[in-house]
Amino acid sequence: MATFHFDLVSPEKLAFSGEVDQVDVPGVEGDFGVLAGHAPVIAAVRPGILTVTTGGNHQKIIVLGGLAEVSEKGLTVLADVATSIDELDRAEFAETISGMEAKLAEKEGSELDHAIERLDHFKSIQSQLSSTAMH
Amino acid sequence: MASLKDMRVRIASTKATQKITKAMQMVAASKLRRAQSAAEAARPYAEKMDAVISNIASAAAGSPGAPVLLGGTGKDQVHLLLVCTGERGLSGAFNSSIVRLARERALVLINQGKEVKFFCVGRKGYEQLRRTFDKQIVEHVDLRSVRQLGFVNAEAIAKKVIARFEAGEFDVCTLFYSRFKSVISQLPTAQQIIPLVVEAPAANAGPKTSYEYEPEEDEILTRLLPRNLAVQIFRALLENNASFYGAQMSAMDNATRNAGEMIRKQTLIYNRTRQAMITKELIEIISGAEAV
Repeated sequence: MATFHFDLVSPEKLAFSGEVDQVDVPGVEGDFGVLAGHAPVIAAVRPGILTVTTGGNHQKIIVLGGLAEVSEKGLTVLADVATSIDELDRAEFAETISGMEAKLAEKEGSELDHAIERLDHFKSIQSQLSSTAMH
Repeated sequence: MASLKDMRVRIASTKATQKITKAMQMVAASKLRRAQSAAEAARPYAEKMDAVISNIASAAAGSPGAPVLLGGTGKDQVHLLLVCTGERGLSGAFNSSIVRLARERALVLINQGKEVKFFCVGRKGYEQLRRTFDKQIVEHVDLRSVRQLGFVNAEAIAKKVIARFEAGEFDVCTLFYSRFKSVISQLPTAQQIIPLVVEAPAANAGPKTSYEYEPEEDEILTRLLPRNLAVQIFRALLENNASFYGAQMSAMDNATRNAGEMIRKQTLIYNRTRQAMITKELIEIISGAEAV
């Protein structure tokens, strides 16, 4: 299978760089898979789980929003935060979510909508996490 | 003239000072290494961000619907100077050179009849600017309690800047920081961040890839511009941090060398005085013995 180059960068570090078979990116307008030879796209990324497939191995990385760029050179994801699923502190993540819930009451208007949207993304990550943990 | 004991005390105290500056130099050297690698780790993100932004922005700029963060307000009456300095001194001219650059720029702008406001990041710059521009300082962020500079710090600053921009408090924002060139050379730099200066893509870059956008270009751009601001500030903070330790290291190296020089001189005077006293005593004894 043809491979392509994939870079995952966050402001603090280069989180992933290498040749991969497939990457599934959580886009704002729905998830999309990127294979070698994908058409050039620039897409916004929502908070979610990004799956990297290399030679049959799946690696899951949590990204909290950002931007994905596909060009002929490969795929680049600029993530606000990128954490490998094994490194994630679940307790801390749950704490973040409850903190966000508590702050909802202070917000109003479109800001409230944004906060709710973001919270939903976070919750879906959490539910996916707990479902994979059971397997 | 100072007695021999006084001289001994003074030499001992200079030695103690030398030990302190030597220790500070070593601490700065080890922190510099960490700060430098942090600055390097942030580079790929900032570069990619630049590339993507210039790609989209060169298409969007000039069109009437361009976001204000990119196109500006159409005026340049009120300038906000975002001055990033260190939290501590003892680093040679590091803080002063950033402040000097900002002050010169401010005076030029004021002479042109523009209004100038300051946003200070870091204690040292705030203290220096307060003397001359007390009333113009609109905000001051202290990063003293921050142990490890994170993206969140930069994001918080960017949010404050954007909030002020949206409230119509200024038209142009310029970022002042010190660029880290090498351990011995730090370059105070001014960079305009609002409205964003987009470098025109090189003409010989070949056929441009036509991207599909998801969602629409405008929407991506409105998401991206505030982020880019935070990224630029983050990069400035990291560069500043590395520069600070570089400047501190060379300042302390100088101080250690000066202390060594001083100890050498003081020891020489001490020995001369001691010998003069011995000679004097001998003469007294001999002439006393001759008199008998």
